Amino acid sequence: MASPSTPVRTAAPARGRAPARDVAGLGVGRALGFVAPALLLIGAFLIFPALWTIYIGVTNYRLTGVEAVSPSMVGLSNYTRALDDALFHNALWLTMLFVLGSAIIGQNVLGFTLAWVLRRARPAVRRTVEALTLLAWILPSTVVAYLWVAFYDRDGGTLNSLLGTPGTAWLIDYPMACLVVFNTWRGTAFSMMLYSSALQAVPPSQLESARMVGASGWQTLRDVVFPHIRGHVLTNTLLISLWTANDFSPFLLTKGGPNHESETVPVYIYNVALQGGELGYSSAISFLLLIANLLVSLVYLRLLRRRS
Amino acid sequence: MTSFVLRRIGFYVLICAITLFFAVPMLWIASAPFDASPGLGVHWPDWTLENFRKTLAHPYAMHSMVNSLLICVTTAVAVTAFAALASYALSRVRIPGRDALLYGLLLLSSVVTGTAAMVPIFVMMFQLGLIDSRFGVALVMTGGLLPAAIFILKDFVDAVPKSYEESARVFGASTLQILRDVVLPVARPGLATIMVWAFVNSWGNFLVPFLLIRSIDKQPGAVLMQTLTDEGGSVNLQVLPVFSLLFSIPVVVLYLLVNSRYGFRFHGGIKS
Amino acid sequence: MRPLSRLTTAGVLGAAALALLTGCLGSSGSGSSSGGQDANRNADAKKVELTFGSNSVKGGKSSAGATFISDVLIPKFVAEQKGKGVDVTVKFQGDGSDDEVYKQKLSLDLSNKSGPDLFQIDGIWVGEFAQADYIKPLTDTVGDAAKVDNWDGWQQIPEAVQALGSYNGKRYGVPGGTDGRVLYFNKKLFQQAGLPADWQPKSWDDIISAGQALKKISGVTPIQINAGTAMGEATTMQGVLPLLVGTGSEVNSDGKWLGNTAQLRQVLDFYHQVYSTGLGDPVLQKEAKGRDKSFAEFAANKIGILLESDYFWRSVVEPKEGVAKMADRDSAVGWAMIPAMKPGAGVKGQDFVSMSGGGATVINPNTKYPQQAWEFLQFMNSADMVKASLDGAAKITQRSDVNSEVLKSDPMLSFMAEKVLPITQYRPGRAEYPKVSAALQQATADVISGKSTAAAAAAYQKAVETAAGGKDKVTSN
Repeated sequence: MASPSTPVRTAAPARGRAPARDVAGLGVGRALGFVAPALLLIGAFLIFPALWTIYIGVTNYRLTGVEAVSPSMVGLSNYTRALDDALFHNALWLTMLFVLGSAIIGQNVLGFTLAWVLRRARPAVRRTVEALTLLAWILPSTVVAYLWVAFYDRDGGTLNSLLGTPGTAWLIDYPMACLVVFNTWRGTAFSMMLYSSALQAVPPSQLESARMVGASGWQTLRDVVFPHIRGHVLTNTLLISLWTANDFSPFLLTKGGPNHESETVPVYIYNVALQGGELGYSSAISFLLLIANLLVSLVYLRLLRRRS
Repeated sequence: MTSFVLRRIGFYVLICAITLFFAVPMLWIASAPFDASPGLGVHWPDWTLENFRKTLAHPYAMHSMVNSLLICVTTAVAVTAFAALASYALSRVRIPGRDALLYGLLLLSSVVTGTAAMVPIFVMMFQLGLIDSRFGVALVMTGGLLPAAIFILKDFVDAVPKSYEESARVFGASTLQILRDVVLPVARPGLATIMVWAFVNSWGNFLVPFLLIRSIDKQPGAVLMQTLTDEGGSVNLQVLPVFSLLFSIPVVVLYLLVNSRYGFRFHGGIKS
Repeated sequence: MRPLSRLTTAGVLGAAALALLTGCLGSSGSGSSSGGQDANRNADAKKVELTFGSNSVKGGKSSAGATFISDVLIPKFVAEQKGKGVDVTVKFQGDGSDDEVYKQKLSLDLSNKSGPDLFQIDGIWVGEFAQADYIKPLTDTVGDAAKVDNWDGWQQIPEAVQALGSYNGKRYGVPGGTDGRVLYFNKKLFQQAGLPADWQPKSWDDIISAGQALKKISGVTPIQINAGTAMGEATTMQGVLPLLVGTGSEVNSDGKWLGNTAQLRQVLDFYHQVYSTGLGDPVLQKEAKGRDKSFAEFAANKIGILLESDYFWRSVVEPKEGVAKMADRDSAVGWAMIPAMKPGAGVKGQDFVSMSGGGATVINPNTKYPQQAWEFLQFMNSADMVKASLDGAAKITQRSDVNSEVLKSDPMLSFMAEKVLPITQYRPGRAEYPKVSAALQQATADVISGKSTAAAAAAYQKAVETAAGGKDKVTSN
């Protein structure tokens, strides 16, 4: 049993929530050893391709045709083109709607509601609802796509049978609304699980005293519950926003149609890269999407810091 | 009293509405596989098992499931193991620039899972001689999933009380013993959750195996599903619903298994 | 800002990883083959391994083709070679995905000087692949012009069909079968509407007036002509192009792409007429699975007139195995040639027009065994093998001798071979074509969603200029 080497804990002073001391006696050497395999894989299969993608973004590379043999550097013209590209603006706008509707509002609100309501429900009820929610989350996306195509289908689709509106082509007439509902269904489980565990952190005594002073449900949520779970809300919102912004499953439902009406950025990138074959341009847009993600994260970090 | 009753009624109406919302879209997969004339809509099936016979007779359907299992089990185990080690180290030892590192990786993962990175990934795997290798596919997927896994797990490990480890040390336990006997049992539900998450995410991935695998007998189910069409690209509605159903079973079984043994939840995780 | 400086750290780490990996890449070396290769390499090898790539798979896309190649063609070729004392192994590398996705995957392989020794591609990709140096003229790959040109098979393959595997007048591969397009109609509905069972429209107006007669039957969509972007190339092939050649224009003539011309606007006007007056179903054109649905509706006697290729007859409404079976196909489904806008207004002054497509099998210039690959290609396209590939079914093949023998039994397909193929047109095998095609699809999408013809045509002009790489490469008037 090798005893741990000199604990290196003095280098960084304790700050905020970060556990400052090397309680496990890990030591920097072993800590690096623990991180190394993950970093190696991430470096090879994530960072390296990402940098390469950024490089492709300043060329006019294609997989076929003349540009495949001799791609040339085009500087930032892919980026200036994106600024002027009405379809890209459209994609950005739709992505924002998609994130706002299905992640920030849909999954967050429904996830929290489920966590809050199921807290006191009977175990059988709780287990059933949780299982269904989780099923929606874990089913493979190709399968899920077919489920929803069948759900929204114009002839004989479940939604039309339920509402008694035969012949309504939901995916054509209201494509974005359909995608928002779909993605709320698909991803709520994550928020629900996260909030369930967060709510356990709220001291029951405080809830009790709120009830004693006659606070309404809403007041209790705002004044007692929310301050405790604020960090969770932010983390959750960041994660689901990033996942939703980069989600490719809208393609499986609508392929971006009709007429680009549901073409979010990842779908647009796919269409530019595969249907149009323009890998240089699609890489540039990917990079822009990364920048957008970065901005969102910075705002999030800001909010988080203000809290502590 | 009436307000209580009303609230109970409201509560059950809400629960019912939510349950329906989650259950109704799944009806298709419960009816179409057993229907003699399956369509894209949901209707009461004209019961038959003919579709199952056709699917089982499909030359690659069942084999692709085995490939999916090989790829995804490898991915899930690798993601969980490496993310656990890394997140523990990141949680317990201060490394300069740690948070920035985590966020940076999380952001990059969004680029690489997309279409734009297909050329770099392909060329790299080609040079490494990992084309047509299921192991190679698992590696790429692991790299893509690790950042988010570390990000989630680290917050989770942060929540494991450090006093446990401190007292264990006082009693003279070694680092490995602490890990095995103190941290692991507490962290188990979180690890199980991450493992299911990684498995599910790799299970549905189409583009990576499609680009990297050449032999049809090594293709996983997600790729095979795209080929279940006829000459003109129309979907084969006899095989597809059944295959969808069968293709969903492993993830559901895994979830049930994990849920009954460890509980499928964040268990006071993600703290921030 | 602190977060930024932290991200810099991440960036530095990333750059370090990059440097590390570039080192690795350099040492492992790149593709072994160089530019000028000896076409006779391994010509006398006694042990040969070939891989045959195709976007088809048993039990899925083009299942019959995949089954034929792996279960009949390859074993027969192996046996034949064994007779010559050569031990050949041929591996079938089947895919079966969306064509565009398959194309990118194949391109990735080829750009790394890898990939199958022989592979099948769509005729319209030949130009792009040739420009990227992924494929070379057969005479270059095989190294001996006489050896290629003297193959007796060429005499059986009509010139126009050979164009499917050619680019800039050079043969890059041997074409597979071809197809043709006609107007299908439902005779039962026609009878109800008082229209003749041997209907043959002479102009677009005839189609419209038949549509108006059909419109009186409730629950029936009179005309289905593919439109919009959701259907992809099906819109171009089963919609825009057959109409366009009916105006006397082509999508590419004298090296210039079609711009916002009077002919284009006539085509868009026709779309407007069909889809704004209730003769067609505009919603169906926007659905991701709209084409499948149009098949199902035709089979359910809900569509009167449908523009499709012979695939529709062979594999969709086919009574036994079709995707949208019609038990009474032989009596209920009629067909007619696609008329030009007005008699004599079609391309080359024709009264009737059609469009055709098809694929070709090409040899990978980086194959280890160019001579053996060429032998396989000839073997594959011999009369015996082409006939065997049909497996008793009737289908238009590349070889005239086989066609005259196998199409006799099927009235529809012999009509196609005798009446339609002589007047048909092929798409230009140029690298820009897919983008121009996408622009055409977009123009029809604009029209059916309510834009005016003029606005749709103006937007098309802009798109096609980008696609073609300049104003000077586009026609307009």
